[in-house]
Amino acid sequence: MSDRALSSGEISASRPLLSVRDLRTWFATDRGVARAVDGVSFDVRPGTTVGVVGESGSGKSVTALSILDLLPRPQATIQPGSRILFRGEDLTAASEDRMREVRGNEIAMIFQEPMTSLNPVMRIGVQIGDTLALHRGLRGPAVREEVVRLLSRVGIPDPSERIDAYPHQLSGGMRQRVMIAIALSCRPSLLIADEPTTALDVTIQAQILDLLRSLQQELGMAIVLITHDLGVVSEMADEVVVMYAGQVVEGGRVKNILERPGHPYTEALLGSLPDLRQRRERLEVIPGSVPEANAWPAGCRFNPRCAYAWDRCRTEAPMLEAARRPRQTREVRCWLLHEPERRGVVASTENATDGAPEHNV
Amino acid sequence: MNRVLPGLGHLIRGQRAGAPILFGWLAGWAIAIGARDRIVTTLEGGAIDGWLALITLLALLTGSWWAGNRRPTVGTGDSDLGGQSQWVSAWRRFTRHRTALLGLLLVVVLCAIALLAPYLAPYDPDVMPGDLVANRFLPPSLDHPMGTDRFGRDILSRVLYGSRVSLSIGFLAVAIAISIGTLLGALAGYVGRWVDALAMRFVDVLLSFPRLVLLILLVALFEPSLALVTVVLGLTGWMGTARIVRGEVLSVREREYVEAARSLGFGDRRIVLRHILPNVLSPVIVTATLGIGNTILAEAALSFLGLSVQPPTATWGNIIAEGNDASLVDAWWITTFPGLAIVATVMCLNLVGDGMRDALDPRTER
Repeated sequence: MSDRALSSGEISASRPLLSVRDLRTWFATDRGVARAVDGVSFDVRPGTTVGVVGESGSGKSVTALSILDLLPRPQATIQPGSRILFRGEDLTAASEDRMREVRGNEIAMIFQEPMTSLNPVMRIGVQIGDTLALHRGLRGPAVREEVVRLLSRVGIPDPSERIDAYPHQLSGGMRQRVMIAIALSCRPSLLIADEPTTALDVTIQAQILDLLRSLQQELGMAIVLITHDLGVVSEMADEVVVMYAGQVVEGGRVKNILERPGHPYTEALLGSLPDLRQRRERLEVIPGSVPEANAWPAGCRFNPRCAYAWDRCRTEAPMLEAARRPRQTREVRCWLLHEPERRGVVASTENATDGAPEHNV
Repeated sequence: MNRVLPGLGHLIRGQRAGAPILFGWLAGWAIAIGARDRIVTTLEGGAIDGWLALITLLALLTGSWWAGNRRPTVGTGDSDLGGQSQWVSAWRRFTRHRTALLGLLLVVVLCAIALLAPYLAPYDPDVMPGDLVANRFLPPSLDHPMGTDRFGRDILSRVLYGSRVSLSIGFLAVAIAISIGTLLGALAGYVGRWVDALAMRFVDVLLSFPRLVLLILLVALFEPSLALVTVVLGLTGWMGTARIVRGEVLSVREREYVEAARSLGFGDRRIVLRHILPNVLSPVIVTATLGIGNTILAEAALSFLGLSVQPPTATWGNIIAEGNDASLVDAWWITTFPGLAIVATVMCLNLVGDGMRDALDPRTER
């Protein structure tokens, strides 16, 4: 989703809240430089949800940590030329003091493991209250009142009792609710949710997602939802960014992309989802796994696992380019964009038996 | 209100925790006012036990004030869920340990004996009786349950008074050692890089000296006194703590709740004090308890060598030293009873330490 994409089609031209531009976050390792995030760009507009999807090792979480400057130092560095514009301010150039104001206050984050992201020796009320005291300057009885209000807002029963509970006395879903209460205590305009439901039971997942959605409406905040679950994305997100090997391979409106994936990787991700309506003998798997970040393959980074790859994919790296068809604003990083007939060739010979739908990009 | 009478606020709010706090505060001031004259004498260069009493008194006052005025945390309510902290469940596990509980009880009794020594001791520990010849080297009897030494002084009284020196040195030196060790260990573990490398190499160097050699070297440079011995024992005892704290901080630093705290905009100082240190406290408490026993032993060794508090002030170590000549066989009681006192004290402390290790180790969580 470049500036070009924003100004065209049905995506409104409102100014992005967060604009990540050519983000490169590299790690120094014993075996050379790992380019965990390597040229990622996307925009988040106020009040919308952007889903960031990809397998483990695709650079989703590093992207999130880069935005808040929570990377492990000194191993990780954000390369020069990367920009993270939050309301027009470049966070990569912000001082540590400024970042501490931003964190929790303007941009908040919730993590995957509700079991471990609360301090085990502090009562949950204290953990929420600390944040209120830090960013909103609340003191004395006002803190307790506000904590009780927040706990009841995130759906914790008996908030005035639970306020004194220790994390180990709460279930996983309750703990994630507490995390959400902490993250939202200062009404941030952007919430980064890193796999917020992955560690939870399916029934709890839906509750947490509902809660996030209703809080989003209430507070008008934008959400960057990091997940590997396309089901969650389709339910929550307005736009989606598909990441592979440290790069964005496809981005655009959720509806378009999930219905008609443009990149073979997105297509493969969708193919690996179980479909309740249609019982298949076995799910399609994507062969292999994400390569190591210190040795990305030459050419297109997905080529060793791609069903369509041909010579060009192994030598030349494709760019993220807009695929413009009527009402299909999206960007794709694939040579198929230039030679769409190749998809038909493979699909008709290899995938015909699976009844894979024909794709036109 | 809590600033003038700490604990009263708790009581008014119906929290029982206020009672001991208020009691400690009032008792502290009562003693301070009642013993005004003796405090003045102490400040003008009084005896060692005067200083000890003064330090204890100050600790009592600051402790109760602190407990009463702790930054009011959000969750100090009285709901059923309120009492389930890790300390409460650790205490429950500790009390299941019969021997450790017995050890703790005996340590408390020992501390009480040390505090009340002037009332319990049948004789003055330092003054020789008028008729020296008739009173020296008396074997244990009803008049002198532990016998008398070559100057006719009552061994029981000397052992009772000696416990004040041993215990206070043990507790204070360990407090110093734990403070230094925790500070340096936390710094090394949290900051990492060259700070860590430097601090840990320094620890390695210090650990490569036998502790007694270090102690003798430091004590021999100055006039031996209670304060010096305490500080020196503290300065030579912190290395183990530093290592343990560093290791724990290294692992806790990577926990998600630390990252979450950073993502909420908390600064380093806050994160270390509020999120990391409370989570590394358990092993520190265990090493501290076990360290007190070690320190008492080290002090006894120094005393025995004449490098600690000087006679005539009684310490367990120097009572043994006095009995360690020709009278060792003939007057066995001079060395035996202070020796037993050392053994009993150190053993009790080790029992408590072991019990605490079991109670605080998360792996023994049931």
